Amino acid sequence: MLSDSEKELRIIGTQINYYFICKTKLWLFSHHIQMEQESELVSLGKLLHQKSYKDEKEYTIDNLISVDFIKKRDCLELHEVKKSNKMEKSHEYQLLYYMYYLKDKKGIENIKGIINYPKMRKKVTIDLDESKEMELMDIIKDIGNVINNEAPKPVKMKICKKCAYYEFCWI
Amino acid sequence: MKKNYYLLSDGLLKRRENTVYFVNKDGKKPIPINKIYSIYAYGSLTFSSQAIHLLAKEGIPVHFFNYYGYYDGSFYPREKLLSGDLIIKQAEHYLNHEKRIIIAKKFVEGASKNMEKVLKYYSLENKISTILLDLTGCNMITEVMNVEGRIRANYYQKMNEILPENFKMEKRVKRPPENMINALISFGNSMVYSTVLSEIYNTQLNPTISYLHEPSERRFSLALDLSEIFKPILVDRLIFYLVNKRMLSEDDFEKNLNYCLLNDKGRKKFIKEYDERLKKTIKHRELNRKVSYKRLIRLEAYKLIKHLLDSKEYTPFVMWW
Repeated sequence: MLSDSEKELRIIGTQINYYFICKTKLWLFSHHIQMEQESELVSLGKLLHQKSYKDEKEYTIDNLISVDFIKKRDCLELHEVKKSNKMEKSHEYQLLYYMYYLKDKKGIENIKGIINYPKMRKKVTIDLDESKEMELMDIIKDIGNVINNEAPKPVKMKICKKCAYYEFCWI
Repeated sequence: MKKNYYLLSDGLLKRRENTVYFVNKDGKKPIPINKIYSIYAYGSLTFSSQAIHLLAKEGIPVHFFNYYGYYDGSFYPREKLLSGDLIIKQAEHYLNHEKRIIIAKKFVEGASKNMEKVLKYYSLENKISTILLDLTGCNMITEVMNVEGRIRANYYQKMNEILPENFKMEKRVKRPPENMINALISFGNSMVYSTVLSEIYNTQLNPTISYLHEPSERRFSLALDLSEIFKPILVDRLIFYLVNKRMLSEDDFEKNLNYCLLNDKGRKKFIKEYDERLKKTIKHRELNRKVSYKRLIRLEAYKLIKHLLDSKEYTPFVMWW
């Protein structure tokens, strides 16, 4: 049996990301009602990743977190590649979660997070501190609450129009 | 945009690198893999396992039809979109009789209202809405089927009033169709079935769990259920169009003592117009965006998923124009 804290951690980066974007999307995705395969924006994102950092390779750890690429310098650098900084908070916490996971589960100290926006020629450095760790623990718990309850009713936002779930939510 | 490919002649489907080629007596034609949504094979088709590997990897279904244009079966690639939670819900709605009959009635209601719209377009009085009232009292699937049968009988009888003299039919005969109109209905219905199946493949729904039809009736019986709603829209209206505009004539059929079928020339015309209809778009009221007729089928699948997940009650699609 997994302990409660381990059970809580069966969460993937995309879920953290969606938690900040839309709870309905989080719920559907978590119940494997996935639509991203048809989204042109998602394909564009993948293409961007392949084109911008050709020599880098993606790392998947414990079948759970998937880091776009890793650099080993004086500290361990986790890199995420994103198209635009419109969803900055969701990107930040996705990466914070990876850092937290590696620290908590793998005992790796001295991790730095970097979000790359190649199209904007911009980089953002992320640090994991104690207050962020506490915040993450609450977020993980709350994701569990969302998933284990009934599907949240969609709320119309500006970003709905570009979402792969648009038709599903609003039909 | 991905599209449907209709292979009408005999030939060979083979792969070189990431492209599929259709080779027939006229030569070799490339079909770029990321352009294919589904393949409809009407001729006798030989294919290499390499081609199938690629189609499977890309999740492209192939629908096979025999010499007579009947649906034979599909190459239904390994499911990519699986949701255990949804399959359990789908089964629950089948096993729970009350839940099942709610969905079964909606399919009949949707189909009937669309039939009514077809007749209304030609300003024909009919009894469909009156017969439909009997649906409320039905407690068994067989009773629901019975209501559907009575509506269909009334519908086909009225259909005759739209058809030119040589195309009139006495009754609906399926296997084999006895006259031209029955041949057209059978041919069109099997196309809709395949189209619906491709849409179901691209969702998390399991195509074998159905509500109006028995799951044992045909392997992919959920495609039969959803087809009911779209047959009047996609097939019947197309038939009236082709026949009344004199686009199809007796020359497009192969007639024999006890059966009547579309010949190659007729099939080509029918398929061309059918595909054009699938691509035609309408402005969707709820979504406030343009959607194609083909996409309407997908939306129907989404509505069913939402019903199964208890997030919104399913209401069948009824033409509003």
